[in-house]
Amino acid sequence: MQRRAGAASASRSPNDAPCVPGADAVSVGLAAEEWQAVRLSLEVASRSVLVSLLPAIAIAWVLARRRFPGRMLLDALVHLPLVVPPVVVGWALLMLFGVQGPIGAPLHAWFGVRLVFTTEGAALATAVMSFPLIVRAVRLGIEHVDPGLEAAARTLGAGPIDRFLTVTLPLMSPGILAGAVTAFAAGLGEFGAVITFASNIPGETQTLPLAIYSATQTPGGEAMAARLALISFVLAMAGLLLAEVIARRMHLLLGRGA
Amino acid sequence: MPEVALRHRFGREGFRLDCAFGAPAVGVTTLFGPSGCGKSTVLSGIAGLLRPQEGRVVLDGAVLLDTASGICVAAERRRCGMVFQDARLFPHLSVAGNLRYGLRRAPRDATGPGFDEVVALLGIGHLLERRPAGLSGGERQRVALGRALLSRPRILLMDEPLAALDAARRAEVLPFLARLRDAARLPILYVTHALDEVDALADHLVLMDHGRVVAEGPAEALAARSDLPLLSGRRDAGVLLPCTVRAAEPGALARLAFAGGELRTTLHPGPPGTRLRVRLRARDVAVAVEEPRGISTSNILAATVAEIRAAGEPSEIFVHLAVGPSLLLARITRDSAERLALRPGLPVWALVKAVTFDHRAARPAAGWEA
Repeated sequence: MQRRAGAASASRSPNDAPCVPGADAVSVGLAAEEWQAVRLSLEVASRSVLVSLLPAIAIAWVLARRRFPGRMLLDALVHLPLVVPPVVVGWALLMLFGVQGPIGAPLHAWFGVRLVFTTEGAALATAVMSFPLIVRAVRLGIEHVDPGLEAAARTLGAGPIDRFLTVTLPLMSPGILAGAVTAFAAGLGEFGAVITFASNIPGETQTLPLAIYSATQTPGGEAMAARLALISFVLAMAGLLLAEVIARRMHLLLGRGA
Repeated sequence: MPEVALRHRFGREGFRLDCAFGAPAVGVTTLFGPSGCGKSTVLSGIAGLLRPQEGRVVLDGAVLLDTASGICVAAERRRCGMVFQDARLFPHLSVAGNLRYGLRRAPRDATGPGFDEVVALLGIGHLLERRPAGLSGGERQRVALGRALLSRPRILLMDEPLAALDAARRAEVLPFLARLRDAARLPILYVTHALDEVDALADHLVLMDHGRVVAEGPAEALAARSDLPLLSGRRDAGVLLPCTVRAAEPGALARLAFAGGELRTTLHPGPPGTRLRVRLRARDVAVAVEEPRGISTSNILAATVAEIRAAGEPSEIFVHLAVGPSLLLARITRDSAERLALRPGLPVWALVKAVTFDHRAARPAAGWEA
């Protein structure tokens, strides 16, 4: 602790951090870079969850409750990031969202938004990677909701949106929460897709795992790698424990018992 | 007056529903039949939870379904209050939240009993802050009744509301159902396969089997028929007699007046003037051609043989006995009938033991009008 505090005070200008990781990182103050990586990881992970939560709920609901042609295809598509190498996902994003890509080009031309090599891009890559995790958890949550309760709400005069908001959503909320926390925890550690799509830029896209990777590639970076690895571990554990605690409370609130 | 006609086929060779019936504008119409005969499907069709291939449902002058003219009102706008077998209370809402769910969504101009009135009627005031998970089965069903009633429905649809309860819980909820029936002033469609619920609640009876309506009419009229195997094939087949308590003194037999006579019974249904309906089982009625003397049986009623009909068992027959304007059924052996030379028009005595009446089958029935 003491050591880190001392190191932090030594680094007065984090902007001076080198763009090429590992070049002379040792002399510039590890702690600043460490905290930057932690902050960035938290930011990227939370933004990725915010971005993917609503579409994930929509797709999970469609997959759980609707029967339509192409449902299996959609299911497979959603789960693709789980089985495809993350680097391939990053490459695909690069093709689609690159400044020359079919989505990236208009985004850049019309809104001036550039995703490649930015924090937003890292969040997008993380969102795509963790999307199947959220969809699975939310879908489990929906499958826990008795359709009979929705039918009862119908007979009591609740229209489709009304009963979704007042019956389905509250009852599936443990699933949503579980999905969000799992995706957040997994998002802290997304590596392949981020480094491929958003690169490894300290302060921009260098999240915890990328910083750890860089540290291991740097002579004398072992201590930094160990500390960052420990932080990763603590964050992930804290996230999972928090999810468990909240899930128990919600189940109690929903009258299901823990 | 509610009007229902539904035709639906599940799958190509699956179950076929094809039924039509009417129901009185106020009072309980019971759909009675064996499990799997399509009773619950009928309720789903009326509530709009199932869209039948063909059908017409008219309630309170409003056409809710008419496949011929392409009308199919969404379930949430049909205003059919439904009580499910498994209560289906919202687990994330308190009892009060459940009760108010339908009330909040009822049309502003709809009238009906208020929140406090319904809570008092069903005796659930002490449960309002509780969650459904902490309620007993009987309490849950009472809350479900209140929730449906508070949605200010055009009709109450009850899908075997007591079937999931044990005997003690049934006995707890049944009086509340009777009170609700009397307070609601609504048509109530009540699905059951339990005859004691029919006896306690039904004004109008619709008998169903294999997706079809076998017979319909006033409950007492159908119970007095011996040609309906669904009713007469049961060991507890018999007539339903509307009675009024004439005298009930502690320690003595109660005297129940019915149209055409009086019954002495060990039942104690209430003070004089209480109206009730008793099931007089055909197997508990004996027939004598001479006035019996020196016999323990308390009720010896002068009667006339109206009709003799075959029963399900080849060795048994049903004797229809006219006692004044009332009709009794006696299930006796074919052998006895031949021995006594019973024939329509013959004056006889009907013998009914005072201890034969079933407590379960005799509930105050203030709601029906004879």
